Amino acid sequence: MTQLALVIDLNVCVGCHACVTSCKEWNTSGWAGPMTDLRPYDADPSGTFFNRVQTYEAGVFPHTETYHFPKSCLHCEDPPCVPVCPTGASYKREDNGVVLVDYDKCIGCKYCAWACPYGAREIDEKQRVMKKCTLCIDRITDLTLAESQRKPACVLACPTNARLFGDVHDSNSAVSVAIREEGGYQLQPEWGTKPANHYLPRRKTRIQIHEDELVRADNPLKKEQLPTPEAGETLDDVAW
Amino acid sequence: MHPAFSVIFLTTLIGAGQGLFLALYTGQLYSLAQLLPVQSEYFYALGSIFALALLVAGLVASVFHLGRPERAWRAATQWRSSWLSREVIALPAAMGLILLYGLFHYLGWTNPLFVVSATLPVDITLIVGALATLASFVLFLCTAMIYASLRFIKAWHSPLTVANFLFLGIASGFMLAAALSAYMGTELVAFYGTWAVIATLLGGVSRGSSLYRNSRFRCKVDMQSALGVHHAQLHQKAQGFMGGSFNTREFFHGKSDAFLLMLRYLFLLMVFVLPVLLILFAYLLESSRLPVAAFVIQYIGLVMERYHFFTEARHPQNLYYQSMA
Repeated sequence: MTQLALVIDLNVCVGCHACVTSCKEWNTSGWAGPMTDLRPYDADPSGTFFNRVQTYEAGVFPHTETYHFPKSCLHCEDPPCVPVCPTGASYKREDNGVVLVDYDKCIGCKYCAWACPYGAREIDEKQRVMKKCTLCIDRITDLTLAESQRKPACVLACPTNARLFGDVHDSNSAVSVAIREEGGYQLQPEWGTKPANHYLPRRKTRIQIHEDELVRADNPLKKEQLPTPEAGETLDDVAW
Repeated sequence: MHPAFSVIFLTTLIGAGQGLFLALYTGQLYSLAQLLPVQSEYFYALGSIFALALLVAGLVASVFHLGRPERAWRAATQWRSSWLSREVIALPAAMGLILLYGLFHYLGWTNPLFVVSATLPVDITLIVGALATLASFVLFLCTAMIYASLRFIKAWHSPLTVANFLFLGIASGFMLAAALSAYMGTELVAFYGTWAVIATLLGGVSRGSSLYRNSRFRCKVDMQSALGVHHAQLHQKAQGFMGGSFNTREFFHGKSDAFLLMLRYLFLLMVFVLPVLLILFAYLLESSRLPVAAFVIQYIGLVMERYHFFTEARHPQNLYYQSMA
C-alpha cells in the first residue's frame, strides 16, 4: 500500500517559513475554502495554518545549536484522530494513506484534536470545522499537472530542499532511501501511532586529520629543515 | 486542557439526570419488595420529568460545544469506533426510555402484565424502567470513556475516570431524589439520603484516588522525544507565530497553581463534605429544606470538580508550545 509522506531534513532547514507561506497561499485559495485569519492586523492576531515552523535551542550559550522545526500533520499509519471522530469526517485515504477531514461532515467537536498527541489539527474559527495538512491532496492527485509539479506546495517552495515528498512504503523511493541512510526518525514513537512523516537529524560533517597529514614530508618548496649539505663534494659540485 | 463549560454542564447535568432516574427506579424496586411504602404515580412522573429536564438541559449545553450543530445527526454514525458517537446514541435512548417511564407512571399503566413465580408482578413501568436503567449505565460508561479512552492524556486514561463519572452522577441524582422527596413530603428522604451519602463517599474514594494519581505521574513523552533531538537542554525559542493559535487556546487552562489548589479544596468541600453533613442534619432535624441545599451545593461543587478535571489533563501537544522568545 502506498503511504505518502514528507521527510523533513533538520540539517538543512534554515527556518525561513517559505513552506508556511506557500502552504497558506495554496490551500487558502484552493477547493477547501479559505483558511480564516482572525484579526490579522490587530493586537491579537490568530489564524488557521496547516504548517508551522518552530525554533528550538539545544544547550546553553555559548555551546548552543538552533533547530528550526517544521511541524504539520504527520499522517500517522495508525492515526488516533480517525477512530474517535463521531461523524466519520476524519478519515485515512486507502489509496495513498493521507489523513484528511471531510469539511462537509465535520461538526467541529474538537475531539480529534484532543486525540492527536502532536497538536496537528486546528479549528477554523470561521468555518467552524477542523482543519489540518492535506499534503496538498488537490495537487498531488491532479493528473493535469506535470509530474514535477505533483508535490505539496511546501515541498516546491523549500529553498534548501529540506522537504522531501514520496512513498515511504516504496523502499526505493527517495524518501525511503533518505530515512534509511540518513537516520530518519519519527516523533513521539512511544505512542505507537507510526507517523508516516519522518525527520532527518542534524548531521555533523567531520574529517579526521592527523598532525603528519598537515605537513608534506617531501615538499620541495619547504624552507625549514633544509637538507644539510653532505660533507665533501657531490657530483653536482663538479664543474666541467 | 482548557475547561469547556458546555461539556462541564453536559456531563454534570446528565449525570444528575441519570442518577435521579436510577434513584426513582431503585425506590420502585424497593417498594415492590415491600421494603419501602409504595409511592404515588405522581411522584414517579414528576421525578421522571425532572430527570428528563436535566438530560435535555445537558443536551442543549452540549450543542454549544459544536462548531456545526446543524450536522450533529451525523455524530451517530461512527458508533463502531467512537465513544463520542456511542454517547450521541445512548443519550437520546436514555431520554426516550425515561420519558416513557414517566409517561406510563403518569397514565397509571401499572396493572401487572404477568406475575413471575406468583410473587413478582411485572408491569410495563418495571420493564421500561429496567431498559432505562441499562441505558443510563451505558450512558455513564460512554460519557466517561470519551475521556478515559484518550491514551495520550494520562490524567484521564484510567478506570478511575469511569468510576468518578458513575459515582458522582449517582450521588447527585440520589441527592436530588432526596431533595425532591423532602420537598414533596414523602417518606423516602432517609432512603435516598442514605444512598446519596454512600454514593458520595464512594465517589470521594475514587476521586481522591484519581487526584492522588494525577499529582504524581510523569508524561510518557518529553521534549527530546517530541523533537527527536537528544540533548538534555532543549528550549523553545519560537512557536511559529507571535499571537495565539488554536493550539495555545484549546490545550492550556492558563490558571495559576494557587487558583487550582483553592478550587480543589473548594470542590472537595462542596461535593463530599458539606452535602453529607447537610443530609445528616436533615435527618436529625427532619428538615425538608436541607436536602435541597445539599443537592444545590453538591451540584455547584460538581461543576467545579469537572472544571478541575479538565485542568488536570496535560496534553502532550503542549510540549510544542512551551515558550515564546
